[in-house]
Amino acid sequence: MSFFSGLPFWTALIVIAVCALANGLLEKSFKRFGIFVSVFIVTLVLSSDIKQLIYFAAYFIFELVIVKIYERLRKDKGRISWIYHLMLLASLLPLVLCKLTELKPLSEMDWFKFAGISYLTFRVAQIIIELYDGVIKEVRTPDFLAFLVFFPTFSCGPIDRSRRFSEDLNRTYKRNEYLELYGKGLEKIMLGLLYKYVLAEIFFKLMSLAVEAEGPAVQNPLFHFGIIVGYAYSYGLYMFFDFAGYSLMAIGTGYMLGIKVPDNFRQPFKSRDMKEFWERWHISLSEWFRDFLFSRFVMLSMRKKWFKNRLTSASLGFIINMGIMGVWHGLSINYIIYGLYHGVLLAITEIYQKKSKFYKKNKKKKWYIAVSWFITLNLVMFGFLIFSGNFTRVCFSV
Amino acid sequence: MEEKILEILEEICDDPIVREDKDLDLYDEDLLDSLGFVEMLVTIESELGIVIAPSEVTREDANTANKIIKLVESRA
Repeated sequence: MSFFSGLPFWTALIVIAVCALANGLLEKSFKRFGIFVSVFIVTLVLSSDIKQLIYFAAYFIFELVIVKIYERLRKDKGRISWIYHLMLLASLLPLVLCKLTELKPLSEMDWFKFAGISYLTFRVAQIIIELYDGVIKEVRTPDFLAFLVFFPTFSCGPIDRSRRFSEDLNRTYKRNEYLELYGKGLEKIMLGLLYKYVLAEIFFKLMSLAVEAEGPAVQNPLFHFGIIVGYAYSYGLYMFFDFAGYSLMAIGTGYMLGIKVPDNFRQPFKSRDMKEFWERWHISLSEWFRDFLFSRFVMLSMRKKWFKNRLTSASLGFIINMGIMGVWHGLSINYIIYGLYHGVLLAITEIYQKKSKFYKKNKKKKWYIAVSWFITLNLVMFGFLIFSGNFTRVCFSV
Repeated sequence: MEEKILEILEEICDDPIVREDKDLDLYDEDLLDSLGFVEMLVTIESELGIVIAPSEVTREDANTANKIIKLVESRA
């Protein structure tokens, strides 16, 4: 079985949706129900390769122990930065090991390789960081289990936050309120199905057409350029409908289980600049990086006065932030360049918007917005071309 | 306290309008962004000794001068 595809999953989901509805109509809590169905579905999905299931179980126990130890230490010893950093690194260790197996010398290994580890690590790291901040005081084991194993968002997000999740998990809904949530959930699942299984498929076909184009016309540089542009656009739109569709189905299913999973996409191709793009594209990921990496790096550099100019620290912050985001996608050259590309673009955008008199004078004018939108869209599509791996393959022959 | 926060905001947003309309949405008006928000947190920490983590509040909880004042005052 796999998430959100195939007959077994959809059959299970329909049964779950009916039981959830009954549960909601009786105004009962979703906590036990949610944990039970999540453990059930995740076990079924991962058991297609028993190693995955074992790695997930090991991962879960390891992270639970780390979180529990740190919760204790934080209470007893207070805010001690070296303990915090050590525990944070420990919580990241399984993901680091897993990513290392993508490198050639370790390609025989499969340390902690299971569908979802990349996304689960964000959730655990967030708990450690907020324990240090003092925002989270205690981590209850059932809540931690529910948060990690929650099946709709298990393998691909959206990346929820534990405090928000726990609030939803530990409440009960009034009948009308739940029915409204349920309706919204259904609507999101339907829209997600349309995105992922109709629109994404269409753009996938277009993408394949661009790849397969041949004949004498391809020798013409202008035509060749057109093919590349066509490929980049259809790949970008395919990525959007595929991922936004998946996110919508995950969010909708979450709603049915009483969890208001945060949105992941908000019409990203409307963006007028790169900063806006990252407020609309893979929102739960970019907000995670903003809150837990970018902001903290910039705050640290301001406190320690590393740079004279604030823009320098913001620019460097963007490049580090997006660079790590790239590496998180995978340890291959296309993802790393993709991350750095976006980091540099964000840095340039920041400097331009803060310094340019031309920008300040014209930013509200219609023609300026149109031009800015067009440039942004093409920068974004070029980014997808890098992400696809085809740009780096041609440029570096890798 | 309120005066001090308004001073900080005026400096970061670079616009005295933050004083005039304290319910103005600072993000919608392009007066505050992620960087400005972080600058504000660092300044509040260094000048008022109140530590607020960047992940602690959502944008909706701190998008107007009044909300920010209330937030900081609740920590004092």
